[in-house]
This record gives sequence, C-alpha cells and structure tokens, in this order.
Amino acid sequence: MDFELSEEQKVWQKIVHDFAEKELRPMAREVDEKEEFNWEAFRKAGPVGLAGMSIPEEYGGSNVDMISNAIAFEELGWGCGSTALAFTAHNGLGTSPIALYGSEELKKKWLPIVSSGKYKLGALALTEPGAGSDIQGGVTTRAEKDGDEWVINGAKMWNTNASIAEYIITLVRTDPKGGSKSLSMILVPTDAKGLSIAPAEKKMGLRGSPTHSVTYDNVRVPLGNLIGPEGRGLQQTLTTLDAGRISIGAISIGLARAAMEAAIQYAKDRKAFNQSLADFQAIQFKFANMEMEIELARTYIYKAAWLKEQGRPYSKEAAIAKLYATEMAERVIYDAIQIHGGYGYSREYGVERMYRDARLMTIGEGTSEIQRLVISRHVLA
Amino acid sequence: MKIIACIKQVPDSEAKVKAEGGQVSWGDAPLVINPFDEYAVEGALQQKEATGGTVTALCVGPESAKEALKHALAMGADEAILVSDAALSDLDTVGAAKVLAAAIKKVGDADMVVFGRQTLDNGAGLTPPQTARLLGYPMLGLAGSIKVEGSAVTVERVLEEGRQIMKANLPAVLSVVQSIGEPRYPSFMGIRKASKANIPVWSLADLGISAPAVVVTRSELITPPTNTREVEMITGESPAEIAEKLADKIIAEKVL
Repeated sequence: MDFELSEEQKVWQKIVHDFAEKELRPMAREVDEKEEFNWEAFRKAGPVGLAGMSIPEEYGGSNVDMISNAIAFEELGWGCGSTALAFTAHNGLGTSPIALYGSEELKKKWLPIVSSGKYKLGALALTEPGAGSDIQGGVTTRAEKDGDEWVINGAKMWNTNASIAEYIITLVRTDPKGGSKSLSMILVPTDAKGLSIAPAEKKMGLRGSPTHSVTYDNVRVPLGNLIGPEGRGLQQTLTTLDAGRISIGAISIGLARAAMEAAIQYAKDRKAFNQSLADFQAIQFKFANMEMEIELARTYIYKAAWLKEQGRPYSKEAAIAKLYATEMAERVIYDAIQIHGGYGYSREYGVERMYRDARLMTIGEGTSEIQRLVISRHVLA
Repeated sequence: MKIIACIKQVPDSEAKVKAEGGQVSWGDAPLVINPFDEYAVEGALQQKEATGGTVTALCVGPESAKEALKHALAMGADEAILVSDAALSDLDTVGAAKVLAAAIKKVGDADMVVFGRQTLDNGAGLTPPQTARLLGYPMLGLAGSIKVEGSAVTVERVLEEGRQIMKANLPAVLSVVQSIGEPRYPSFMGIRKASKANIPVWSLADLGISAPAVVVTRSELITPPTNTREVEMITGESPAEIAEKLADKIIAEKVL
C-alpha cells in the first residue's frame, strides 16, 4: 500500500491551492451575495488546466488523473463552493461525456473551446420537473429524427451552468417504448432556436453557480450531435455520475476544511471566562471530531478515485465516499458555526455561507438516499 | 531569441528566521522559488511569446533547488539547469554572480538574461548588476516592461523618482519588477512535463572555475535595541478641551 501522493500530485495540490486562495476565496462572499458567476476565475482556470480536467491534451485539456481531480476539487471547494460547483459541473458533467463517448468531430469542435477558459462552460441536463433520481422511468424530453436532424421537445430542471454554457448535453428519450436502452445524450448549443433558459433559480446556497430550468421547443440539431450510440444515454449518465460523486465529495471536504480553519482561528482569538475558546475541552473535542471526519472522508475519496484510476469497479466506493463526505461536511460546518457563536450566524463570517453551500452536496449528483440505495444494492446483491 | 531566467530557491516568506551563535538559519521552513524570480520567469516567457525563441531557467543551489526549477518549467520554461557543488555552500552576491556568469557562458549564445529584482532571503539585489559586469553585458535594472526591436531592447524602469526609459543592445542583463505582470500559474500540463524533465546538474568543474572566495561575511549578529514606548491618554470634558491639552503637550514636547 502507498498513501503518499506522487510528486506531480503534490505540486498540483499547491498550485490549485494558490489558485483558490488568490482567485476564488477573495470573491467567494461577493459571488454569493450578487449571485454572479466568477468569470475571471474561469478565464484564468483555462491555462492552468482546471477547465479541461476530463479532456485529453490533444483537445486542449489537462486530462488529470482521478486523484488529482479530487485534490483540485477539495482546494477549489476550500476557496469557494459556488465556483467549485460550476467547475465540477463543467469538467465532470459538461465535458467528460464528449471526451468519453463523443465523435471525433464533436471532440474537435467543442473540447478545445470549453477547455480554454476563453469562452463559456459545458453543462449536462438530466433532471426534469417530474424526474430526478428516477432517470430511467422519468425522463420525458423527447428527441425524434427528422431528416438529418434531431427534433427535441421537453423541459429540464436544476440545470447547473445552463446560462454560462456553450452547450447543454441533454439526456433525451429516443425510444418512446422506454426501458434501459431508450435514452440518449444529445449536444444542444445554447444558441439553438427554440431553446429557452429561464432566469437563475433563487437558491439557499451556491448562489454564484447559476442553476436554471430549460425548455426545448422544437429544437433542431444535426444528427451528428448525438453523443455515443443511440440508446446508451442511461449507461453513459450513470458512469458520468459515478465520477462526479468523487468531485462533489471532494468539494465537501474543502468546504469542511475551510470552516474548520476559520473556527480554529476564532477559537484561538476569542476569549471567554479569562481564557481562549480553544482552551475549553468542549471546544477541543469538537475539533478532534472535525479532524477525524475530514481525514476519514479524504482517505475514502482517494480510495474511490484510486479504484477508478486502476480501471476497477468503484461505483459502491464512490457512493460511500460521496455520502460520507457530504454529510460529514454538514456536521463539521455545523460545529464550526457553533464555535463561532452569534458571529457564525452572521454573513460577515464565511461559515454560514459554507453551511448553505454544503447543504446542496447531499442532494446534487445523487441524493444521500440514492447513495444508500447504491450501497445497499451492492451489499445485498 | 535565447533567454535565460536566473532563479533562486529561498525559504517561504512565512519562515521564521533564527539567529543563534552568530549563525542565521531558516529552520526547516519550506523552500520555494524566490517570489521575485517568478516575475523573472514571467518576463522571460512574455519575451519568448513576443519574439519566439527559448527560455532556460538557471539556478545555483543544492539538489533541492530542482523543485524551484520545476516550478519554472511548469510555468512554461523550455529547459532548466542546476549548478550545484559542495564547495558552494557559502556564497555572497559576487560569488553567485561569478558562478552564474560562468554558467551563462557555458549555456552560450544568450540574448537576454533576466533576474528578479532581489531575493527574498538576503535581498541585496546586487547579483544582477554584478553578473552583467562579469559578462560585459549592459545592465537594465528594475524593468517594468520590456520591448525587443531588432538587436536592441528598451525597458521602462520603475524607480522611486518615477519612470525611466532605457535602451541597450542585446545581449543584456535585465532585472524585472512586479509591473511586468502577475506570474502565470503553472499548469497541470506543465507539471507533467516538469516531472518528466531531465535537469542537468553542473559542478564547478563542469564550469571550469573554482569556488569563488567569500568577500562578504557576517562578523557579528546584534539584536536590535528594544524600543519602549509610553502611551498617555488625554482626557477632558469636551473635544475642545482635549485638543487644547494636546496642543499644549505637543508644544511642551517640542514636537512642533
């Protein structure tokens, strides 16, 4: 066994940390309050390789290994939950299906654009007004062939990045008979006629990462915009989500770490009853729990990432990692706020924002309940 | 254009200096590329992008300094060279300049040698002009912008008194300041390249020189005298009364 990061990974960790410290953290409060995406960070992310983490170098990406991916998202999450989420929705969901399953033509056309950071991001639309976790049975957005085009009709919900994306990879039903081979992924440019992106949803947290409902009214795209074979959309989606779970877990660890660091600083500075808060055992034990949980979550995230990197099955491990890391983050940040007392509840201090940001992590890219379902199916199989 | 960026590995800026028994040490502080030298690499890369050519990062230091060179490679430098020799443990600025000048000659055909304005550890800022003098190249220090036209280079120097435009023929030695532009982040692609890079290590024998004699030594370490201050709060019924008392004090103390 080897628990040591490679030299490459250690340097990468330092660079992404510096990037998060300079480009994300100073803007974290502002992007949350103004509900604006941090475009400048995305522009600078391109040359670093943070906009093409799932994209091969020949298409302008950095194609990082899965552990480096987890390292990057922990640091980005430490810097700003909103920006980290937009970046993972871009890298993991918005670009990897093209890199993994897209035609050469689609790869050449789109991947250099979205990995450069100079233009817009990628997005993936799965959820619908009546379909969340139940992808196979619930998706009603239809795509039908008409000559050399697909004609798409339907609606999607909770689509991260839609308004800041070049295209939306849309999960559609291509076979009305249903079943596991009735769904497909189709790339829809955001300037396509008939595509409407609604104003951003008013959210509890992650407000610097825009989320939208999207409607498709006779949207026409070339047949070549199909990603992967027709009818493979469900399998492609599930594979994409497995990898995405590692990133969401890593962001959660970053959020928890940032909150813990803030709480440590506060506990050392704040005096009560003639000593600092950090001198009280009730506070010390909270930090012991935080440290334990963060360390455990990270170790398991790395395990899941390592399995993926080895090309071994990791679906159960990704579910465990995501479930534990995201619920851990809520507990850790809860305590970080508790240590801050009234100040923790104030928007002057970052921990309340981290708490709001962390809340989504147990919902997006597979709820905690779905993760438990995945795990129990493996256990009871 | 062949550009050489001279860099140094220094203790992190948060390192605590220890002075014990006449010796100054950095303890076990993490070592990083001298932050001022990141601007040197940035300036060199900008010139490469503007006029073509290559950037070679050059460093004198222990084996560990390869990490600083890898940082330069990850930023986009084409190659890196380390000069390392057990005989170089005690270098002053002239000594460093002698070793660098010899290494720059060995690299050969340099059009431009770029330094950061100073190092973070000793901070004298003397090595760049000393190197220029040894090479016989013109020295353009504290450049905030660089423009190469034909065989000449024009820089805008950022000085306390203002800006100064200077022009010199290439080859030349430059030192750059922060106005050159924020150093780019190393990229993952660059890190991958750097981790595979073979960094040659040159000894003094490779350079054909012997260890430079030390000119500057520390004769004594003195703790700065402690500065004690007393604070007196002036109170009064009204702002006018407080101001009057304060004015009297200022006059009595002969501050004015």
